[in-house]
Amino acid sequence: MFDLKGYGPALLNGAVVTVELAFLSLALALILGLIGAAAKLSNSRVAVGIATTYTTLIRGVPDLVMMLLFYYGGQVGVNMLSDYIWETYEVDFFFQFNPFISGVITIGLIFGAYMTETFRGAFLAVETGQIEAARAYGFSKWHTFRRVMVPQMLRHALPGIGNNWQVLLKTTALVSIIGLTDMVRVAEEAAKAERMPFHFFIPVAFVYLALTAGSELFIKWLDKRANVGVIQET
Amino acid sequence: MADQAPLICKDIHKTFAELEVLKGISLETRKGDVVSLIGSSGSGKSTFLRCINLLETPTSGDIIVHGDPIRFTNNRKGERIPADNKQVELIRAKLSMVFQGFNLWSHMTVLENIIEAPINVLKVPKKEAIERAEAYLNKVGIYERKDYYPAQMSGGQQQRAAIARALAMEPEVMLFDEPTSALDPELVGEVLKVMQSLAEEGRTMIVVTHEMAFAKDVSTQVLFLHQGVIEEQGTPQKVFDNPDSERMKQFLAPKF
Repeated sequence: MFDLKGYGPALLNGAVVTVELAFLSLALALILGLIGAAAKLSNSRVAVGIATTYTTLIRGVPDLVMMLLFYYGGQVGVNMLSDYIWETYEVDFFFQFNPFISGVITIGLIFGAYMTETFRGAFLAVETGQIEAARAYGFSKWHTFRRVMVPQMLRHALPGIGNNWQVLLKTTALVSIIGLTDMVRVAEEAAKAERMPFHFFIPVAFVYLALTAGSELFIKWLDKRANVGVIQET
Repeated sequence: MADQAPLICKDIHKTFAELEVLKGISLETRKGDVVSLIGSSGSGKSTFLRCINLLETPTSGDIIVHGDPIRFTNNRKGERIPADNKQVELIRAKLSMVFQGFNLWSHMTVLENIIEAPINVLKVPKKEAIERAEAYLNKVGIYERKDYYPAQMSGGQQQRAAIARALAMEPEVMLFDEPTSALDPELVGEVLKVMQSLAEEGRTMIVVTHEMAFAKDVSTQVLFLHQGVIEEQGTPQKVFDNPDSERMKQFLAPKF
């Protein structure tokens, strides 16, 4: 049953690609989410406008369309920029969009928009008294953000981050469409060649399940740590 | 220098939208003064206290902390704002505040709450900050709770921890915003006792309170506010025993 017909190592490599893609996209999404939330909550109308456009645009367009757009469109954009730079400054600049980088950027951008909303809600849930105490004791804005708002916000954001992470992990499968040899792509090729779809897709499904189940445990543990100092209602 | 007034407020006005909440409040303190601000809800006493450390920006008027006047400017909309945020942060570090709702940082232990501002704002070395914190925790009588989180303590203990946090800044003036109003009646005493001992040490304090006995027995100066103006001001003997203002008499009259 578990004879993978020689595709074992390739599948394993594919799984590593999936995990790398997921973690890098998560890192990008978290950074974009923090920036987006800070922008949406700022007093600057320009920042609010940009962040709102970003979340509206991203959340309204299908992930697959976005991915194709970035992969094919992104390369065309880089080519045009490269031509322009060569013609104007005679500097040779070129950048090859590979499926991995396109995948990280696209998934990071998509989930950055969801994280923006998660973080925004979490920041709003921080009690004003906590922030007021920081101001009253002479904290700078940055110090207040780093030492009071972020740690208190995390408690409210973690469940949302966990949700987004699980969806993100599964979204990485889309990258096989633009030719990245992740786990799904390898399984697809193997299944076609061997005419054994169950044989290859079921193990892949189990790997995803193991990853999501594992991260659920990790998030529970994080949640417990973040809720230190809060009385749990039973 | 020693005789310099820790805090002077001159003709403070504050308007929210159309509503004028403070209509020219002035206050001059000497070192060791305990000023009680009394008055009914909505009289502006808490707003005045919050103007002192710039949690609210006064619409007009001057605030001078230990000879250092706070500088203001106008923003593009013509609203008055502090000119120098660094100056405001320095001044706030000299005026530590105790809140009605304690506002201890809930993700930090009591000890962490107390050393946070001395280390990061006053740049006190960590070891010294901890020693200082422990001394003040002893003073307010909750040393053995130093590793507890705020939510694990009673309101009275939390407020005493908040007072220790304020003391650890070694401030010029301590601001108390109704420090006992959120407490169960049986917990009020322990907090008032700590405050009384601070007053006896000669700390300069400004206290917004509904505790008339405290205002009468502990303060050196009492301000009675009504609808944004000072109706009555003076020593507690004068304000409580021989007030000029009709409103003060009504305020003191037994309610039932």
